[in-house]
Amino acid sequence: MLIPPAQMLRRLTAVTSILAALLLLVTAARAQQGPQRIVSLVPSITEMLFAIDAGSRVVGVSSYDHFPPEVDNLPRVGALMDPDVERILSLRPDLVITYGSQTDLRTQLDRAGIPVFQDRHGSIGHITDTMKELGARLGVSTQAARAVAAFERDLAAIRGRVKRRPRPRTLLVIGREPQSLRAISVSGGYGFLHDLLDLAGGDNVFASVTRESLLVSTEEILAKAPDVILELHYSEPPAPQLIERERQAWKPLSAVPAVRNGKVILLFGGELVVPGPRATKTARAFARALHPEAVPR
Amino acid sequence: MPDVRRRLVLWTLAFGTLAFLAVIGAPLVGTTRIDFARVFDRSVRFADNVDAQIFFIARLPRALAAALVGATLAAAGVVLQALLRNPLATPFTLGVSAGAALGAMLAISLRLHLSLWGVSAITGASFVGSLVAVAIVYALARARHQGFSTNVLLLAGVTLNSFFSALILFVQYLADPSEALRTMRWLMGDLDVAGYAPILAALPLAAIAGAAFVWLPRSLNLLSLDADAAATRGVNVVRVQQVAFFSASVATGAAVSLGGPIGFIGIIVPHLVRLMVGADHRVVLPASALVGAAFLVVCDVLARTVMAPQELPVGIITALVGGPFFLWLLVRQK
Repeated sequence: MLIPPAQMLRRLTAVTSILAALLLLVTAARAQQGPQRIVSLVPSITEMLFAIDAGSRVVGVSSYDHFPPEVDNLPRVGALMDPDVERILSLRPDLVITYGSQTDLRTQLDRAGIPVFQDRHGSIGHITDTMKELGARLGVSTQAARAVAAFERDLAAIRGRVKRRPRPRTLLVIGREPQSLRAISVSGGYGFLHDLLDLAGGDNVFASVTRESLLVSTEEILAKAPDVILELHYSEPPAPQLIERERQAWKPLSAVPAVRNGKVILLFGGELVVPGPRATKTARAFARALHPEAVPR
Repeated sequence: MPDVRRRLVLWTLAFGTLAFLAVIGAPLVGTTRIDFARVFDRSVRFADNVDAQIFFIARLPRALAAALVGATLAAAGVVLQALLRNPLATPFTLGVSAGAALGAMLAISLRLHLSLWGVSAITGASFVGSLVAVAIVYALARARHQGFSTNVLLLAGVTLNSFFSALILFVQYLADPSEALRTMRWLMGDLDVAGYAPILAALPLAAIAGAAFVWLPRSLNLLSLDADAAATRGVNVVRVQQVAFFSASVATGAAVSLGGPIGFIGIIVPHLVRLMVGADHRVVLPASALVGAAFLVVCDVLARTVMAPQELPVGIITALVGGPFFLWLLVRQK
């Protein structure tokens, strides 16, 4: 028996639509996989969640979270030192993101049967690894892979721009008493800031000390004689004359090439301290500071 | 009497030489090798002379600041131990350092980006904080007493200490992590002043206290035995107590705002000196100041060399050296 072509076409359409609907259901189910109500105590991971399209699942953030703007409307549940367990539980999370050192909080969450994701903070590699891990856990591996690829592409582009340029010996200052040269802490040869500096075409003068931060005396800075001093401030830029006053604080160490040649550069921004997806922005700021001609605005 | 004068001259000479050698010797030591011919070579511009800058900016001010802080803290310790008639009294017993610390914490947390004559807001705020503590303790010691009660002084000081410490923790708790770290660092003591302005700012206050310290010792000798006996011998007890309290407090405030609350100097140095020179304050006071200066200068050399290129907070060194040493003294003396 031969089925007329019109009927055949109708059947085929029916089968395809059923298949399509099934496929849609499966993808939808996949998208709904994994934790749906996430409380993040770690700002860098909050940013990662938004970068891998899981931002809508975040129901609570730490008191230090300021990015992306969506977090402004979310409930705050304390931070590293003062996590508010009661508020966390009241948000009925099915995943809580904590710092590695918050062992008490983890014990309490364990008792409540709430899964925990622990932050491991460190190099640039940790940023991409964490994004992939989160992607797998939340069922958004594709989006995570895409975000990681974009992140790595951005970094590679910056690396490419500065590759053949001479690498200035750079002092990366991460803290200092305002208006003076006291209590100067700098980046050692470990951590994402050191990695970003390296990638942006600068040689960290304290690379040999494998620590994220160390306190150094003015003698050490004079002895290392950096060509550039990059100083990070985690606030929004203040008035220009205030920035200039802070730059002038370095003046007594005029024997340091960076000071003598006006290469003391102050960078401002909350993202400088966050080892998350916006590290590309920091890398670009570093590269522009070290190689202004190679990295246009 | 001539005997005391002879001992004073002898010990002052001995300890003075020690302190002098420490201050002169400290800038010669460091983690970087510098060319001393170039340090004093006037044909090279100072602005371009690394060796001279390491010597005159990084090392010499540190040695001078250490000497000033060490001397004032040790002398203040002697005075307070006599005033309170308590061998365990330190310059920090009466809450002066906690007041200074609270001032510094507030300046750090409120991000006061000011400076005056090369002295930062943190230094200024800590000195103001120490004065506030002094005023409170003094007001309490004077209230409801005819004269000046050293018992109330001690209790008020100790209570104020823990009250301010709680406030410090509160301020720290509210601060950003990076600020909390900086406040913690401040509490460990730091003598890398990178210039002479902070030293010059502390010097007049230390000098005023020093003048009082010259006048005090004979009365302290009588006072440390018995206040009533001192009064019968014509000592104006309240006046002496007031001068002792204010001079020691101002000295401590100046020292703490310059170098942070560096512990143990105000207690181990006076006891060590007493072991060597006896109990007469006319000798103990100047000798302690000189030994305190030498001791802190040496500790600061360790601070900048032991873990180089990392700086080891000097307060940790004085505690590591001072703690066990003091316990040894305690056990040995019985």
